[in-house]
Amino acid sequence: MLSLITIELNKVFRRKRSYIGFLALLVLVSVLQFAMWLEGKTLLDMIMQNLKDAFVIQGNLLNGYFISFMLMNTLWVLMPFLVTFVAGDSIAGEAHSGTLRIMLTRPASRAAFVIAKYIASIEYTLLLVLFLMLLSLGVSSLIFGTGDLIVFRSQLTIFPESEVLPRFLMAFGFAFLAMSVVASLAFLFSTLTNNSIGPIIGTMAIVISFTIITNLNLAAFEVIRKFLFTTYMSSWTLFFDYQLDWAQISTSILVCLGHVAVFFTLALWIFNRKDILT
Amino acid sequence: MNDEIFIEIKALRKKYGGIQAVNGLDFMVMKGDIFGFLGPNGAGKSTTIRMILSLIRPDSGLINIFRLPLVKNRKRILTDIGALVEEPRFYEYMSAYKNLEILGKLSGKRVGKKEIMNALSLTGLENRSGSPVKTFSHGMKQRLGIAQAIVHDPELLILDEPANGLDPRGMKDMREIILRLNQEYGKTILISSHILKEIELMANRMIIINKGEKVVEGNVHELLDAAKLDLRIEISDAAKALELLEKQYIKSDVWLESENHLVLKASKAEAPAINKSLVDAGFSVYSITPINSLEQYFLDNT
Repeated sequence: MLSLITIELNKVFRRKRSYIGFLALLVLVSVLQFAMWLEGKTLLDMIMQNLKDAFVIQGNLLNGYFISFMLMNTLWVLMPFLVTFVAGDSIAGEAHSGTLRIMLTRPASRAAFVIAKYIASIEYTLLLVLFLMLLSLGVSSLIFGTGDLIVFRSQLTIFPESEVLPRFLMAFGFAFLAMSVVASLAFLFSTLTNNSIGPIIGTMAIVISFTIITNLNLAAFEVIRKFLFTTYMSSWTLFFDYQLDWAQISTSILVCLGHVAVFFTLALWIFNRKDILT
Repeated sequence: MNDEIFIEIKALRKKYGGIQAVNGLDFMVMKGDIFGFLGPNGAGKSTTIRMILSLIRPDSGLINIFRLPLVKNRKRILTDIGALVEEPRFYEYMSAYKNLEILGKLSGKRVGKKEIMNALSLTGLENRSGSPVKTFSHGMKQRLGIAQAIVHDPELLILDEPANGLDPRGMKDMREIILRLNQEYGKTILISSHILKEIELMANRMIIINKGEKVVEGNVHELLDAAKLDLRIEISDAAKALELLEKQYIKSDVWLESENHLVLKASKAEAPAINKSLVDAGFSVYSITPINSLEQYFLDNT
């Protein structure tokens, strides 16, 4: 199994297109960091205008943590798309290119093959999230320094610097889980078709449709909303509530894990029965 | 030839939607065979081969390989099979060596540098081992297809149309590699083709299938001998020559094919005498070409 996983990772990282996601993140984060470096102080002053009369603000609020929080808010729209590139291509891409049949004439079981491909897709997702963390948290902290984090959610909260890093680590941890749900869905679609465009478009169509349903405040959607994974994808922000709501966080984690388990099991079941005709 | 059965297929069936791709197929491949699997395009050859390699699930029937049921012994069986299914496809961005390394690792046997270079050398690709596959010609990819099939030194090779798309030189090279694998390395080979001549030049036993069913199976030379040769004669006045030959042979064994062509049921060995008799009678004989009636049989029945 280890050998199969190594082979799959080798395949993923020897392909140039696997780096599109990393390149996209690098470009976007750099552009946003540059913009914040140019105009971040003005932006922050605008936000803080009303507060300056009531509070005495000390220290550097335009710091790496603030930039990272802003970046996370902005980039979670893009991340699912980047994740599907590899997961959606994982099996369908090989079916399309014809290499699937050459692999499956080897004695490794189909289950082992699927598990190895799935693990490689999830590892890619993890690396993408870690790369974002490194750029947004690491590089931003180097450029802008560190300090207290000011967060605007239902209320304004200022987290002391000592509390910020653990919250970011938990938030990125959850973000990885949320992206794993998207990767698992793309992987499932990848077992159903013989070209990688289908799974990518299919996954994005579902993510966008479900996100619309999640955000439309209609009573008709109330029943299904709690079952949709998109309802929980932004739950990383829960780690920036003043009091951590562990019940809500646990529910979000369980729902995401449930989706991962269902999508993967279905992918395994389908692939085990699939006739390889390409 | 050894009598040990390597592949045993019984009552194999597979249906796609409303199309019966394979319909009750039976055949056996013995150890040491080069077994020709012949049929026109769409006859069910690739579907059968994919079922033997467990790429496709049969609807019903039995597949035993090395006397073991495939369903329960897939891993054990595939460890000793090397396969080339239709046009070989590789990871184009990787080198030939890297492709073989990956496929060797999955073969269930120890495959190191020596085995990889041996396979590349046998297929004439040792000097291109480091080149990305995307720089390979079609013929080189076909040979690399053979290399990946033999890299783990399997006992049985299953080659689905290995000469497909090759030019005459490429076909000859491929034929030589396959014969060498059988004669020097003792590999048992099942080879599919839609070209009778290719099978005739390589195989000792063969089956012809059509519409998923067996048409004929047996020893290639016995089948060829049983099917008497016809001679096609290109001649100046075919109608007059027909009258002459009808007197010398059985009337139904000679017929007019066109204004300048006659066909006569006779063996190749009789050709010189026929030629002499026609020339002596004043005809100009332009050519006498043996026509394999098995080929005719194949064309008529498939």
